[in-house]
Amino acid sequence: MSARASLATAARVLRQLRRDPRTLALLLVVPALLLVLVRFLLNDGGPAFDRYAVPLVGIFPLVSMFLVTSIAMLRERTTGTLERLLTLPIAKGDLLAGYGLAFGTVAAAQGLLLAGVAAGPLGVELAHGVVPVVAAGVANALLGMALGLFLSAFASTEFQAVQFMPAVLLPQLLLCGLVVDRDRMGVALEWLSAVLPMTYAYEALDAAAGLSAGSLALPLTVVLAAVVAALAAGAVTLRRRTA
Amino acid sequence: MSTPWETHEATAVRTTGTRAPAGAVDAAIEAAGVSVRRGGRDVVRDVTVSVPAGTVTGLLGPSGCGKSTLIRAIVGVQAGVRGRLTVLGERAGARTLRRRVAYVTQAPSVYQDLTVVENLRYFAALLGHTGADGAQEVADALATVDLEDHAHAVAGRLSGGERARVSLATALLGTPELLLLDEPTVGLDPVLRRDLWATFRRLADAGATLLVSSHVMDEADRCDGVIILRDGTVLAHDSPAGLRATTHEDRLEDAFLALVEHAGGDRVRGDRAPGDRAGGDRAVVA
Repeated sequence: MSARASLATAARVLRQLRRDPRTLALLLVVPALLLVLVRFLLNDGGPAFDRYAVPLVGIFPLVSMFLVTSIAMLRERTTGTLERLLTLPIAKGDLLAGYGLAFGTVAAAQGLLLAGVAAGPLGVELAHGVVPVVAAGVANALLGMALGLFLSAFASTEFQAVQFMPAVLLPQLLLCGLVVDRDRMGVALEWLSAVLPMTYAYEALDAAAGLSAGSLALPLTVVLAAVVAALAAGAVTLRRRTA
Repeated sequence: MSTPWETHEATAVRTTGTRAPAGAVDAAIEAAGVSVRRGGRDVVRDVTVSVPAGTVTGLLGPSGCGKSTLIRAIVGVQAGVRGRLTVLGERAGARTLRRRVAYVTQAPSVYQDLTVVENLRYFAALLGHTGADGAQEVADALATVDLEDHAHAVAGRLSGGERARVSLATALLGTPELLLLDEPTVGLDPVLRRDLWATFRRLADAGATLLVSSHVMDEADRCDGVIILRDGTVLAHDSPAGLRATTHEDRLEDAFLALVEHAGGDRVRGDRAPGDRAGGDRAVVA
């Protein structure tokens, strides 16, 4: 592993994003706009909005990061740049760490913007302040990024990569506890939800906003462990020798 | 200049199953009985060649003959390789070779959304050249491929030929000892092609070894040695002069056709002594 290679890769990925201002704007602005939409959907705020605002703050970035990174890595594979990178002195971990750093930076900006909009103009009560919410939001975005990097290995076209979003993320969204409380699910579904990483991403957001009595540290640790596991699995899919 | 190819009787036509005489020149690439299996069949079959260091060697043959696969095997990115393949004294694909061997894929592999300089700076940084050192490496590479005017153009907006040169420039960073170039001159205009071949010659004179694939036979004349690949096997490995002598053809294009016709529609198999063609008779040798 080399910090130089990771930092160079992170700078390169951020430069690519900057060259594509529309994607950058969509990444940063769309989640905040969706939050405003939800605010008006739930009758100008009130308890229902307070209940759902923060979990949505985290889940939107997870979805957008998943899409952006899976396609970015797929492009790296299909344009031949990945093959070239793997003939250079760069460890696979450096490459993935570079992606993590770059998208982690974007995720932090996204999280700050979202939390700011929620706590400011939308007037959501954040029991523990902005910091835990941003931390949980960034963890969510990193989870989306890591899953996207890993799953991009199983797509050979961008069409396929986009389909992984409903295939992989929607079941988790339905089971994470946001739609139906987990203790009201059947036993099988509750067990299934217990092994899905988004469940803990949701729990972390709930705890960060003070909506549940649970601790933030535990679900946050599980989410970060899932990020590391997905990146490690992603490293395995980066093969130096291919057919 | 003196290359081992000038004594073509000694190295004559090396084909499948025959070994190059050991010793004389350091080999940058040594392949012994190398086969590559892809999609259930051998696309490279029992290739035994030795590429001398400090030379420009052409890898020629019709498209689909296994040129790219052989180059990928030498780079160490090809799966399913059998046989012994030694590159700069190490096993092909060894970690330590990543600094010493540069590879240019057939399709330009550059980041389309970065500028030419941004692309080169990134690859230079991965090779350990940052700051002023990196800037110098990048400037040198840009000058070599004559792209200084487009230094700050976004790669995706360049023409195909310009993009191919960016891809080539990235391979020049860090002064590699071995350059493996897969069809680097495709789609380039004649002036640029001539300039690039002059560059290849300069790099070889400075001590680098180049293996350049092409399907244009007239490019073979610019090489010290030519490996002719057909259907995954080596039909001939000789100097351009040697190819002319063994086939009694003046044009390399005709020499190539003669070799292919000699081989017939059948696969070229079995052992052949290097001297088999030295007599110059045009008997079918397959």
